[in-house]
Amino acid sequence: MFVQARKLSRWMLGAIAVGTLALAPARAEDSFKIGLILPMTGGQASTGKQIDNAIKLYMQQHGDTIAGKKIEVILKDDAALPDKTKTAAQELIVSEKVNAIAGFGVTPAALAAAPLATQGKIPEIVMAAGTSIITEKSPYIVRTSFTLPQSSTIIGDWAVKNGIKKVATLTSDYAPGNDALTSFKEHFAAGGGEIVEEVKVPLANPDFAPFLQRMKDAKPDAMFVFVPAGQGGNFMKQYAERGLDKAGIKVIGPGDVMDDDLLNGMGDAALGAVTAHIYSAAHPSQANKDFVAAYKKAFGNRPGFMAVGGYDGIHLIYEALKKTGGKTDGDALVAAMKGMKWESPRGPISIDPDTRDIVQNVYIRKVGKVDGELYNVEFETFEAVKDPGKVKK
Amino acid sequence: MTAVLTNLFDGIAYGMLLFVLACGLAVTLGLMNFVNLAHGAFAMTGGYVCAVLVNQFGWPFFAALPLAFISSAVVGIVLERLLYRHLYTRSHLDQVLFSIGLVFMSVAAVDYITGSQRVFIKLPSMLEGQFDVLGVGVGRYRLLIVVICGLLTATLQLVLARTRFGSRLRAAVDDPRAASGLGINVPQVFAFTFAFGCGLAGLGGALSAEILGLDPYFPLKFMIYFLIVVTVGGSSSITGPFLASLLLGIGDVAGKYYVPKMGPFVIYTLMIVILIWRPNGLFGRTAMR
Repeated sequence: MFVQARKLSRWMLGAIAVGTLALAPARAEDSFKIGLILPMTGGQASTGKQIDNAIKLYMQQHGDTIAGKKIEVILKDDAALPDKTKTAAQELIVSEKVNAIAGFGVTPAALAAAPLATQGKIPEIVMAAGTSIITEKSPYIVRTSFTLPQSSTIIGDWAVKNGIKKVATLTSDYAPGNDALTSFKEHFAAGGGEIVEEVKVPLANPDFAPFLQRMKDAKPDAMFVFVPAGQGGNFMKQYAERGLDKAGIKVIGPGDVMDDDLLNGMGDAALGAVTAHIYSAAHPSQANKDFVAAYKKAFGNRPGFMAVGGYDGIHLIYEALKKTGGKTDGDALVAAMKGMKWESPRGPISIDPDTRDIVQNVYIRKVGKVDGELYNVEFETFEAVKDPGKVKK
Repeated sequence: MTAVLTNLFDGIAYGMLLFVLACGLAVTLGLMNFVNLAHGAFAMTGGYVCAVLVNQFGWPFFAALPLAFISSAVVGIVLERLLYRHLYTRSHLDQVLFSIGLVFMSVAAVDYITGSQRVFIKLPSMLEGQFDVLGVGVGRYRLLIVVICGLLTATLQLVLARTRFGSRLRAAVDDPRAASGLGINVPQVFAFTFAFGCGLAGLGGALSAEILGLDPYFPLKFMIYFLIVVTVGGSSSITGPFLASLLLGIGDVAGKYYVPKMGPFVIYTLMIVILIWRPNGLFGRTAMR
């Protein structure tokens, strides 16, 4: 009985496979499928939700047909686990025959999918992950998020220019944290700054108290902080609790810590923190005002930099498809994406034709109150910053 | 010198918090002999109830704390009557599988209802900041934790050792058949104890939101800490887990302060050393039951 059932199910699977094969070519003619792989559950779920929302919003605003192709998005949840990303990418490429894969909440996920994009010869649009090396792992990777060195080097340069001489660093001990730390140190030290204390915090860290006490005792002018977005709030609260703000120790860092998504919940402890980042919901352009208003209307909360990464990512796919005149060939699409320039809600951005990485403005912002809510208010702009991790080479 | 004292204070506060979170587990595991890995889920319930009351309904923090206790206790008693009591006589493996399933369900449920982002509880301004006692920085909120947890511990110890209910509970644990023969309503005693343990966890969850952070993954993230407290402390009394919590709290804070590179390993090393030295925990019964 058991054997029979198995045989039967195998036979049925076979039939289904033949059926799909027969159907596949007909579908591929008039549709363009995007396999979207995002963490929709797990600790990184807020990233996934923002990107998914932003893509839905973009498709509502711009319709779902481009150059005669109907855009179809297939969403898969990888819970930010690279094994799952790989399985999802395989499934999407092999059985769904997608024309592009996109999303990727964390660096290991983007890396896990890279060899599959190369083999499948389809574009991989990285909308969130921020480690520098990602785009080097496949000639089909194009990034619309940011790289951590982009913001960390800028804040290093800014700090030395603005009278900050001694800095203590507190970074989470994982790839993006180390990326942020190295690039900050390099630029800060080159400008004559001194690192007085360096602490790496474990990623799953329940209590910042002892590390903060160490920071306080080191008496720096400022502390450079990078912790994953979700921990920023706890960090800022304990920073204020321990009186580091009153001791005159400023918080500086890449802007991930002050994600718009969470900023308002941090309370007044966050006021005055200076960060360098690529997007603030308070960016004063018309494009951004429209984007924020539409996003708020559709989903009830403020978009963060992850949402913008998704919004620009889908825009890139739309534009590339327009440029190729509906040709879905991976090489043609990537070629069309190279050098593309447009006005994003975050400001003017472009895709570097050599590295396929994003070139964008980095803003220095200070947390302040706008209409009673906390926002990152931009006050200085570094224009068209390329990924410093690659400029070096 | 002042840094040492500040660290000691932070360590005590952290340890006390661990104790309130974990002592319910010590009760169910040690006294009722039930492996309840879903303990953290009750802590999370309390935390979220407190957060919703304070942030969305504008309740004062101190009024929301007892509600955190009560709501977790109520959820506890409902689940105990509906589910847990059927598993008291089952093997430990069944209990582990059942309760871990409950953990995953609670994570998914909270994620669905509130979203996965971290939740903060708005504290009254009198609880924010630090004040100096002879140059030693004392966090107000941490002081509150020490006071509340200290009082709770003392009360618990008194109730268990001195009251009629305490002796009934101990009798019910040692020999349920003889106890019910003597007219003790064993299921009722167990249900009440279970609910009380859950309530304590709920209170702990509400208190810990500020320090440990509160998100739907709370029960999974801190399960290991609860288990360390109970295994190191031994589960036959309240004093054992209490001292174990303090030791872990102080050890963890000191380790992270003085050897930040090794910091996270300190408490695990402590645990291994203690368990090699005393396999039943610091205050465990010397012979296995």
